[in-house]
Amino acid sequence: MNRATFPHRLLPYLLVAPQLAISLVFFYWPAAQALRQSTQREDPFGLATQFVGLANFRAVLSDPAWLNALRVTVVFSAWTAFLSMAIALLLATQAEKLIRGKDVYRTLLIWPYAVATAIAGMLWLFLFNPSFGTLAWPLRQIGIRWDPLLNGTQAMGLVIAAAAWKQISYNFLFFVAGLQAIPKSLLEAAAIDGAGGARRFWTITFPLLAPTTFFLLVVNTVYALFDTFGIIHAVTGGGPGRATETLVYKVYNDGFVNLQLGSSAAQSVILMAIVIALTAIQFRYIERRVHYG
Amino acid sequence: MTRGPILTAALLIGTAAAIPAEAKTDISWWHAMTGANAEVVTKIANDFNASQEDYEVVPVFKGTYPETLNAGIAAFRAKQAPDIMQVFDVGTGVMMAAEGAIKPVADVLDDAGMTFDKSQYLPGIVAYYSKPDGTMLSFPYNSSSPILYYNKDIFEKAGLDVNAPPKTWTEVWDMARKIKASGAAPCGYTSTWLTWIHLENFAAWNDVPYATNENGLAGSEAELEINAPIYVNHFQALADLAKDGTFKYGGRTSEAKQIFLAGECGIFTESSGGLGDIVKSGMNYGIGQLPYDSDAEGAPQNTIPGGASLWVFGGKSDETYKGVAAFFDYLSQTDVQEYLHQTSGYLPVTMAAYEATKESGFYEKNPGRETPILQMMGKEPTANSKGVRLVNLPQIRDIENEEFEKMLAGQQTAQQALDNAVERGNAAIQSALGQ
Repeated sequence: MNRATFPHRLLPYLLVAPQLAISLVFFYWPAAQALRQSTQREDPFGLATQFVGLANFRAVLSDPAWLNALRVTVVFSAWTAFLSMAIALLLATQAEKLIRGKDVYRTLLIWPYAVATAIAGMLWLFLFNPSFGTLAWPLRQIGIRWDPLLNGTQAMGLVIAAAAWKQISYNFLFFVAGLQAIPKSLLEAAAIDGAGGARRFWTITFPLLAPTTFFLLVVNTVYALFDTFGIIHAVTGGGPGRATETLVYKVYNDGFVNLQLGSSAAQSVILMAIVIALTAIQFRYIERRVHYG
Repeated sequence: MTRGPILTAALLIGTAAAIPAEAKTDISWWHAMTGANAEVVTKIANDFNASQEDYEVVPVFKGTYPETLNAGIAAFRAKQAPDIMQVFDVGTGVMMAAEGAIKPVADVLDDAGMTFDKSQYLPGIVAYYSKPDGTMLSFPYNSSSPILYYNKDIFEKAGLDVNAPPKTWTEVWDMARKIKASGAAPCGYTSTWLTWIHLENFAAWNDVPYATNENGLAGSEAELEINAPIYVNHFQALADLAKDGTFKYGGRTSEAKQIFLAGECGIFTESSGGLGDIVKSGMNYGIGQLPYDSDAEGAPQNTIPGGASLWVFGGKSDETYKGVAAFFDYLSQTDVQEYLHQTSGYLPVTMAAYEATKESGFYEKNPGRETPILQMMGKEPTANSKGVRLVNLPQIRDIENEEFEKMLAGQQTAQQALDNAVERGNAAIQSALGQ
């Protein structure tokens, strides 16, 4: 690789300055604030502040509600990432096979990505609200006691479906691009050797898509962890009980509804550590097994 | 969910900024009213602005009640607090604990040379928004009380007397079963705000304690007492009715109103402030008192105010406080209160407005509209019925709701739900007081 060099010593710094400034203001500064606040106990108005060391962290980690949120988050994120990626891959491979109308299908499948998360949540709520939901009625007609307001499993299913649906478009787009990069000659050669469609997919397409899949795995995990707040807020509000309260939702609820800023800050610091660890693990261990053709 | 009002609010700010400032002092008023109630806010502010030349009240919509409270707190921390902020009933404890952040309404009025005559105001409401020593801290803007609504068409179909709403909870359960069994409606009974109606008001109305220390009004060290047998029996009855859908759960706040408006349930308990939407729907409805527990001695006692009050932030200029005082004085005027009461279903704050509404024949034309006032004023409040004030009542309500949801889903009995709520609630109060 050629090393690109700038003749000027100051220019590179100037060029990265805007990005640095944004990171400092919108990431490092709030993160530092959160770190500071996580060691304090403070009334909502900030009139009396007390340094309490790691007491907030001890309280959070021994709180059964936090452990519940951790479990909910794992279930929610795993299902959301898996469903949205699996369905997107299926749709992408099927759209690839089409001869006519390929572009129309692609365009239509990308549309939901333009929907804001909170709106996506509202759409699913309107479809599945037990009182006025358009699809709740047929569900009840076929004998399902549909009541996500009280049934935790159904509520979880609903937020997972909404979150996954919203992300399918994004994944679809990347899978389509990934599929186009796979040389047709490989697939044709396999076909001549007598490999069937499923075999061609699992032995050629899927391994060659690995870089895309890996990238999407990281993106989807982060999405499920953070960007789905709007959906949960609109659809279930973390309920019933605490069945759909994820870690991020709990940070919001404890900080902004219950006004326990210290505990909320400690939770967000733990969350930050979890995300850093997850990303590091993904890059260190999973990436090694990925082939970049 | 309510992006519309935010836009309206943004437009309001826009137009307010466009008006040349002249010598007028702006008074910012953050509120959480939507729909018909938001129109009332706008009209009151406009009328006040037109009535004098020194001050300009600028109402700004800040989202739901909890969102408004949080916005106010965040603004205070950033030293950008509004002058007046509307805080819902359960946020009262939070605001009272923040003495350094607010200026008591009594002081605002005194400093402006106005005398605040308590006897002119409805006693139950003023008592709730005052310190234990009697200093009024916030101005009661919209007060409500839970009442019973019923669908007369469904009553008729079920063969019930359309002019005899249920008086006790046992009667509610019986009528709800009849409605369901007769097929008049798929569900008999539903309710908004289980915590506010079935715990806080249930306690006051039946004259049983909700928490120690006069429900927290006599001192912030309070322990919940909501797992007493009377509560357990009440909630077990609800849980049993929920099994076959005779009682239908709608959600933690006012979601159940949609179920009632859709004609799914025959009987409904909800705030008197929810009346506007029911009137608008054109339903053939009736109003009854909040039901009481027939086992409770001395029931019905009195209900406690819900709704919200206006708080004034500290650290503003004298000129601003004068404007705030003038605005509160305007709000207390009889015709303004009459308008507020008759349009929104909220209670009038002053005795004069109540008397004037009575004289105008409004209650004869609108039977049931006096019910919430009579409920609240019927009897001298006892130690159990002055209200509930806990430092973290919003959080306590969350805990109660979580336990109720598990109970209604059949995962636990009423006894377990209430025992858990007491245990977790007390721990939360202790941790909040530890601050």
